[in-house]
Amino acid sequence: MQRIPTFRKGGVHPDDKKVLSCGHAIEKLPVPSELIVSLSQHLGAPAAPTKQKGDVVTRGEKIGVASGFISADVHSPVTGTIKEIRKVTLANSVSCDAFVIIPDEQQPEDAYQRVDWQAQKPEELLSVVKDMGIVGLGGATFPAHVKLTVPKGKSVDYLVINGVECEPYLTADHRVMLERTDGALTGIMIAARITDPKHIIIGVEMNKPDAIARLKERIAALGYPIDVMSLKMKYPQGDEKQLLKATIRKEIPSGKLPLDVGAIVCNIGTCYAVYEACAYHKPLMERVMTVTGECIATPKNILAPIGTKVADLIAFCGGFSTEPEKLVSGGPMMGFAFYDDQTPVAKGTSGILALPASKSVASTPCISCGRCVAACPMGLTPNRLYRNISHENYEEAMKLGLMDCKECGCCAYVCPAHLPLVHGMKTGKKMGRKKK
Amino acid sequence: MINILYAFLVVTGLGLLLGFGLAFAAKKLEVPKDPRLAQMEPIMPNANCGGCGYPGCAGYAAAVVAGEAPIGLCAPGGSELSRKMAEIMGLDSAPVSEKMVAFVHCIGSVATTNKDYRYEGMTDCNAASLLFSGDNSCKSGCLRLGSCIKVCPADAISRQEDGRIVVDPDLCIGCKKCTAVCPNGVIKMVPASATYVVACNNHESGAKVRKACSVGCIGCKICENKFPESGCKVVNFLSEIDYSSSQAQIVDAANACPQKCIVPMRGGDVEAGMNQVVAQRD
Repeated sequence: MQRIPTFRKGGVHPDDKKVLSCGHAIEKLPVPSELIVSLSQHLGAPAAPTKQKGDVVTRGEKIGVASGFISADVHSPVTGTIKEIRKVTLANSVSCDAFVIIPDEQQPEDAYQRVDWQAQKPEELLSVVKDMGIVGLGGATFPAHVKLTVPKGKSVDYLVINGVECEPYLTADHRVMLERTDGALTGIMIAARITDPKHIIIGVEMNKPDAIARLKERIAALGYPIDVMSLKMKYPQGDEKQLLKATIRKEIPSGKLPLDVGAIVCNIGTCYAVYEACAYHKPLMERVMTVTGECIATPKNILAPIGTKVADLIAFCGGFSTEPEKLVSGGPMMGFAFYDDQTPVAKGTSGILALPASKSVASTPCISCGRCVAACPMGLTPNRLYRNISHENYEEAMKLGLMDCKECGCCAYVCPAHLPLVHGMKTGKKMGRKKK
Repeated sequence: MINILYAFLVVTGLGLLLGFGLAFAAKKLEVPKDPRLAQMEPIMPNANCGGCGYPGCAGYAAAVVAGEAPIGLCAPGGSELSRKMAEIMGLDSAPVSEKMVAFVHCIGSVATTNKDYRYEGMTDCNAASLLFSGDNSCKSGCLRLGSCIKVCPADAISRQEDGRIVVDPDLCIGCKKCTAVCPNGVIKMVPASATYVVACNNHESGAKVRKACSVGCIGCKICENKFPESGCKVVNFLSEIDYSSSQAQIVDAANACPQKCIVPMRGGDVEAGMNQVVAQRD
């Protein structure tokens, strides 16, 4: 019997709760009455604004330009007027300048012309990706043009496409694979043209059999050289390190990137955005996100403009069925809890969750049971890290590999003492960096 | 019997030989130590707080003797130590420094300051500040989780019954460890001779402060305009006291402050003022 591929070390199996929203087709959100488009929707330096208060913007017009090597352009998702530029705090506590845009009553129809991307050179495609402000849509929002740039002297053996979506609740990528299959697959081929890999693999977890079947069917019909690999369900398989271990059985050394083992990992949603950018020159200004949770009346997968306020999304889903205890941007394991429903969504927002009160349990002292060590996919010792961090011994924690922690939350998920382990790791990283 | 004698003689002989060897080495290979260092080490406060930037008191003393560090960096020792050090170093004058102590520029408590959300994370101010700069609606106030209490080498910082964090100015040695650890920069140094302090750190406009906290400085300028001799000056919606001025009217200014956020540094009636504000609000 063949073993179903997955990564070996650590990992947990949370209840995936995807049934709440996975059956709902993607719905387009009507243009909201106000959008808050932040200038820092990506990893790296915030974009520099190119418009001012009172300016009229059209849909797809560039309103912020990348202000550094790792940075990305920002485009207006609507035709309208800029009411003001003010400081906003995003769900991940990042505070930055944002455009407040009042959309016009009449929005123009999209009329993007098909471009023959096959005729373009890889460098041209790459500059289009940069120009259209594409960032990784899996959550880390790393600028796509930087990721797809292969440095001289390095070659790409594997282009691994991430269709895992291992976070519970989220079904946005699942719906993209089902409904936007051709676009996503073409996007993969565009990414392949830019990076020139030897093999292309899509990794999908087995809880999405319909997506796997659909991908296989369309790949056969279109004749693309793409392998679909069904993976065993295990969190955090959607992290690039775990995904590479599961698909190509390679481990990235500490502090290195996938490129150092000859691989590039790209999210399936990003591939669709690359397709729209290169085949239609349409900028990244809307994305599919899942609005779900036990407290949402009708959970949905929504195609919403970037900058939509969370309150508008929730209203579109029929409001709350019960008063939620917690709002989370992203998945429940790695997402960010926030409190203000006027917070705008950004390019990296894969979902909005409204969660009910869980049985509130106070944390108790660590009994060194070692469950966190067994669960850590990076092979760290979260109990020792946490002990050092709570005693302000950040240097020792750094020596124990704190910087390899990617805050996946497996340790906190299994901790019987309910210690805020991930919160501790984040604090340790912040303070450790400050000390240096 | 003879065996015991042999053993006795061998061990004694070895002992004498090695003893002479050591005595010779100690004389021959002696590293001359500056006599000034020997004089200086006993007068150091030995708090080993690191506030001077050197590894402990001995490290600072050695740096001063070597001429690498100026006199007057030691906060716990103050002017008295500077004078003694200058004497040892053979200098005519010593830098006179005013003793500075830490003060928590926030008197907000659960009763006065609103919360944005319920915080259930680590009991650590820097951890809490990762989440929207803490759970208080006021984003520049004291988070009251006590990271400063943990780092204070002099045990000068304590928590009041209502959760407020207070520095005892008489115990504070001025090492500035708490000012470095505080994520909101709410602990700032004030002269130990100060009588009244503006206990607020919020630079936002009055309307915003009022929404967040009932004892925050709203920048109304009553202290500055009505009591020009108080030393108060409002900069960016926050009153600041010029401690070098006479501060003659500071008591009147404190009484007139509508938010009761100009508070006496020692003892004083902070609680009574706050209760009054809370009572008025309710």
